[in-house]
Amino acid sequence: MLEINNLHCQIEDKPILKGINLKINKGEIHAIMGPNGSGKSTLANVISGHEDYEVTKGSIYFKDQEINELSPEERAHEGVFLSFQYPVEIPGVTVTNFIKTAINESRKSKGQEEMPSSEMLKKIREKASLLEIDSNFLSRSLNQGFSGGEKKRNEIFQMAMMEPELAVLDETDSGLDIDALKIVANGVIKCSNENNSVLVITHYQRLLDYIVPDFVHIVMDGKVVMSGDKDLAKKIEEIGYDWLKKDNS
Amino acid sequence: MKFQEKLLDSFIAFEQDIDLLNPIHTDRKDALKRFEKQGFPSKKDESWKYTSLKSIIQKNYSLSSKSDKSVELRDVKKYFLNDLDSFKIVFVDGIYSPFLSKTTHDGMDICVLSAALSKDKYKSTLKKYFNQIVPKDESLASLNTSYTKEGAYIYIPKGVCPEDPVQIMHISTGNQESIWLQPRNLIIADKNSKVEIIERHQSLKDHSVVTNSLTEIYAEKNAFIDYYKIQNDLNTSTLIDNTFISQQRDSNVSVHTFSFGGKLTRNNLNFYQKGENIQSTLKGITILESNQHVDHNTLVNHEQPNCESHQDYKGIFSDRSVGVFNGKIMVKKIAQKTNAFQQNNNILIDNNSKVNTKPQLEIFADDVKCSHGCTVGQLDKEALFYLKTRGIPEKEAKALLTYAFANNILESVKTPNLKRRINSLIAKKLGVNLGFDL
Repeated sequence: MLEINNLHCQIEDKPILKGINLKINKGEIHAIMGPNGSGKSTLANVISGHEDYEVTKGSIYFKDQEINELSPEERAHEGVFLSFQYPVEIPGVTVTNFIKTAINESRKSKGQEEMPSSEMLKKIREKASLLEIDSNFLSRSLNQGFSGGEKKRNEIFQMAMMEPELAVLDETDSGLDIDALKIVANGVIKCSNENNSVLVITHYQRLLDYIVPDFVHIVMDGKVVMSGDKDLAKKIEEIGYDWLKKDNS
Repeated sequence: MKFQEKLLDSFIAFEQDIDLLNPIHTDRKDALKRFEKQGFPSKKDESWKYTSLKSIIQKNYSLSSKSDKSVELRDVKKYFLNDLDSFKIVFVDGIYSPFLSKTTHDGMDICVLSAALSKDKYKSTLKKYFNQIVPKDESLASLNTSYTKEGAYIYIPKGVCPEDPVQIMHISTGNQESIWLQPRNLIIADKNSKVEIIERHQSLKDHSVVTNSLTEIYAEKNAFIDYYKIQNDLNTSTLIDNTFISQQRDSNVSVHTFSFGGKLTRNNLNFYQKGENIQSTLKGITILESNQHVDHNTLVNHEQPNCESHQDYKGIFSDRSVGVFNGKIMVKKIAQKTNAFQQNNNILIDNNSKVNTKPQLEIFADDVKCSHGCTVGQLDKEALFYLKTRGIPEKEAKALLTYAFANNILESVKTPNLKRRINSLIAKKLGVNLGFDL
């Protein structure tokens, strides 16, 4: 599904990723953990094609196609989704209209007709109930005045609607109380199946109790320094990253 | 002959056509004298520093319409809001079109100034209101006054509240290559009345039209007026809009200006607060491209205590377009407890567009709340990235963000029909079809 080889990238001449290797197969859930400033969010942005990050070396393959040169919207059309740590507010555009636009633009890019309204509504209702979102919420302006939990639920709602093949969740759990966390995690689990993959980026092991990863990778100073299974996340939670720093040097 | 001289010389011919015994003729003659002295404004005038009329007044224009070709309803229907039953005052090349209009004298006057000038029963009202709040030192206002002949006349009596908005439409056919129009509108909302007005200037084809329009608006005690200006003309049109508003106590007047088109537009918008507990609202969305130029020149004159004014102008500029905002708030010594707010936010879509924004506050009272702010920036890149990761292409993503930026101005548009119309104009202006009404 996703294969990253020796990826180096920089922002304004400052190197951030220094040789990331990562392979995610269909149906797998991977987690990336790491201290602040290690390059986790950068990796998420680079996978989605953020134009501020310059890839200086290495490659990103998605579904066996190199996507380094694709724009963010083209990657989205291919099936990449990024759940944002800080979703953007768009006054005057409702959640419903926004998601309709997103879905229909993706369909348009594939030469498909717009989704019929009845089908769209049905899908919206179905996915909204999955994330315990009520209908009032759908007619509010996108993210405007939303609480932290509402914003994250809305991100996962969008993910559920767009049915990506690869979902990258950037700190989807930060700032969530345990109830909101369970709803969000449950939404992710319900959407994941043998045909799609999830990359969870997090500070905290807590989320991984609900979204149980097949693999956990520790990123430090722009590199994957260790990979393991879910127990690695538990170990990090208990003893932190310092032992890895020593190991690494 | 310079056009300015032509304007002065043509006055004699103009006098052939009007009633010289009408008392307002003195106003005309005085105004012409002032214009002769003042001439057209130039860049030396502080308030015209960023907007030049030079290339416009170098040309020659005819001052009256020669065409008798009537305009068919189907040619202009699309410019009206679709509720066709509401009152309309329509002018074609400066001449009133009874055929396209729907006026009334039943319970209120929605008609034309020439009719009001010709009838005795309007004499006292005209004497009370005509030319009472027009600044003597503004040459374009003087020029308009000197050629006063035709325009909208609206009088809403005490306690009357017409349900639908009144539409005032100035159509320019282009039957003459270049024409100079000077509509003169007078609008009076008497005590406890309420009225909504939509005004639009529209060319039917590319030609050189300059409109030097003047509108006097009087809101008596506790009157409510919502005035909407739709400026979406062709790129060959110039509009100088002079709107002067006088408010009595407890009245509430709002003016929304939507500037999406035209070659050059200058809005001189002045509010005069003549009583206590007045609300004045000035809002605008400006979206320009391809060398268009819009200048918002506002004045709110707080002359009495306990009043509020609220100004909020949003501008989006691309492709060598230019925006000017010059907002002046005057607070007289007596006007304690004034609450005046002013904001002007702008987005430059590319490097070759320009905004000049200048707030001016002159405060002589010591117990007031006045705030102002202006910003010039670009679309938020992170926000753009967010939309693109949702599969929304760059152009549509920019349009959505632009709309979001300007959206709060639309919240106070009360007529749903009008709001929809403005939304679709914005979508069209931004060149997107998003599959839903913005």
